[in-house]
Amino acid sequence: MSIGNQIDGLPTPSGTPGAPKLLEVRDIVTRFTTDRGSLTAVNGVSLSLERGQTLGVVGESGSGKSVLSRSIMGLLPRANTERSGQVIFEGKEISGLNDTEYRELWGDEMAMIFQDPMTALNPVMKVGLQITESLRFHLNMSKADAKDTAIALLKAVKIPEPEKRFSSYPHEMSGGMRQRVVIAVALACGPKLLFADEPTTALDVTVQAQILDLLAEQQRERFMGIILVTHDLGVVAGRADEIAVMYAGQVVEQAPTALLFSEMKMPYTEALMSAIPKLTDASHTRLAAIGGRPPDLVNPPKGCAFSPRCPYVQPRCHEEAPALTPSPTAPEHLFACFYPIGSPETEEIRLRIAAQRLMATAPQFVTPAQGPPPIGEVPAPPSTADQPEGM
Amino acid sequence: MAGSGTAHLRQPSESLLRVENLVVDFPAGRGKKVSAVSNVSFDIAPGETLGLVGESGCGKSTTGKAIMQLPRPTRGEVSLDGTDLCSLRGEQLRNTRPKLQMIFQDPISSLNPRRTVMQIVEEPLNIWKIGTPEERRLKVSEVLSSVGIDPEAAAERKPHEFSGGQCQRISIARAVITEPSVIICDEPVSALDVSVQAQILNLLEDMKARYGLTLVFIAHDLAVVKNISDRVAVMYLGKMCEIGSPDSLYAAPAHPYTRALLAAIPLPDPNASLDTEHHLEGDLPSPISPPSGCRFRTRCPLAQEICARVEPQMQHVTGDQFVACHFPLQAVSETPVAVQA
Repeated sequence: MSIGNQIDGLPTPSGTPGAPKLLEVRDIVTRFTTDRGSLTAVNGVSLSLERGQTLGVVGESGSGKSVLSRSIMGLLPRANTERSGQVIFEGKEISGLNDTEYRELWGDEMAMIFQDPMTALNPVMKVGLQITESLRFHLNMSKADAKDTAIALLKAVKIPEPEKRFSSYPHEMSGGMRQRVVIAVALACGPKLLFADEPTTALDVTVQAQILDLLAEQQRERFMGIILVTHDLGVVAGRADEIAVMYAGQVVEQAPTALLFSEMKMPYTEALMSAIPKLTDASHTRLAAIGGRPPDLVNPPKGCAFSPRCPYVQPRCHEEAPALTPSPTAPEHLFACFYPIGSPETEEIRLRIAAQRLMATAPQFVTPAQGPPPIGEVPAPPSTADQPEGM
Repeated sequence: MAGSGTAHLRQPSESLLRVENLVVDFPAGRGKKVSAVSNVSFDIAPGETLGLVGESGCGKSTTGKAIMQLPRPTRGEVSLDGTDLCSLRGEQLRNTRPKLQMIFQDPISSLNPRRTVMQIVEEPLNIWKIGTPEERRLKVSEVLSSVGIDPEAAAERKPHEFSGGQCQRISIARAVITEPSVIICDEPVSALDVSVQAQILNLLEDMKARYGLTLVFIAHDLAVVKNISDRVAVMYLGKMCEIGSPDSLYAAPAHPYTRALLAAIPLPDPNASLDTEHHLEGDLPSPISPPSGCRFRTRCPLAQEICARVEPQMQHVTGDQFVACHFPLQAVSETPVAVQA
């Protein structure tokens, strides 16, 4: 490849000592022009990734996680989009490439698996052709070679009867099968970097486990870097080496997976965690929902973007925005919070919340703030409904 | 696994909604048929929440719709408060509609985009001519505020101005406004983020207490189902596998399929070892020609020869847990296996 400007000295083959990182993203900002004004979808994100590693990007809808992966890959439309920051792929700056140069990169060097396997494939094209397309274009394979490779790929992603499936149309396959085909298309030219944008959100839990197992297996075999974008902390917990939590277009906490889960610092990460219904809790355990909604990115709030929803909020949070800084105890653990979990201020509030919750546990009835009591009688819930915790 | 039988049903007098031997077939052309739901039975006591879980294509949504008589089931009985809905016709059936409401998966497409929130939530009252226009408006405001939507600000706005979670709240308001006794929730939180999902699940619990609702909660996420249900029924390819209270069913699944579903849940804990041993291989078989005997046998790690010949019947495990399996993972009580029909 001869595109892009060289930045960090001579590009050496990846894997050798002193080689540049597979991906380095510095201070990326993506803005969209909307009718209501400029919307900052990604606001100053820096990340890096080595080959063979998985980075999990987690956040709610609208946190900018998908726009981030598209910004890195250069998949965003040019119109109404303003992008700045550096994307350095194997030591080369790629953010300024034009479409022809990107074409060389997409599929060959980096590829993406999309969320919805129903719409990611061309419905009027046989799946085999969708895989051989990039093989023929990037690797200049002959038709016969491309077909053999495609069948091998279909076998690698565990599609039964790959020879027969080569000439199937997408509608003849189930959702899980189609997602396997999408993965085969993405893997076809042996990319070094794979973006998986909510690859299992549209799938059942059993198929989700299969697809995640498959991605892990292919990653080991091909030594790829994977950026796994998801809203489910459960998906990344067992799969990612490092996790970046995004909120309102910014990374608010980033740490190696084990450290993030054992020493959560950012109240938002904690809130995301506690909102997940847990199998170990008795049924009817009240979930700790995060009140409110993510902020409007056209008019973001002053101070910390999470402050309007944060249970531990202090006056300073409404005034100043905290920067992403390393933890004093572990430099690889970054977070953006003035009063992280574990600090005296949050602990005091946490105790108060716990006490309030204890007081309010017994009845689950809510008293409506306004309006008359409900019409008609309210039968008492069955005895199983109000089991206390610890069942 | 995937078996039939009615051993798990309680006395008819104890149940509000009772589904017996429900069969739903769809024509598949050339004389073939898809048996989407095949001999499913369950009952729900007043105030109870029944969780229906299973993979896509297991017939859980079809079961929910068959209860609504949309479309009518091919065979079987659905009785609500002692009335058999399947035998009702025309106006009689229509009169039961306010008692039986539904909430759908996609909150945005289940609301008419060209109507205001006021019109959407008020419509059931207009159809049933309940109250004067003034009373209707009051009722709409009351229900909207009970689901956490500010009636002042929202009444004249249209669905596209709301987020997915808010649209789901509006759908819930529309469902409860006729004061139904049963609401069928068809994957109401599958399209939502975890944070919003928690809000909606809490809201459903609140609405259940406030309006005295009985819920059928259909979902594929077992953790969500455990949180909201008093009883959980696991379905596979149109058949019932296992039913029981969530705490016992999750602690000690008796059906290999339930175990596989539990093993597939990604845990938000990096130290939890992935239970890949019990992950399922392959896809759901075609419901046009389902496997003989037990329908789960083609993917079951414990399947033996008998599973291909004899369909397992519901057997009592413990408490209110019942399983349809020849080789259950938990000891079943001594009740003899019912003879294959």
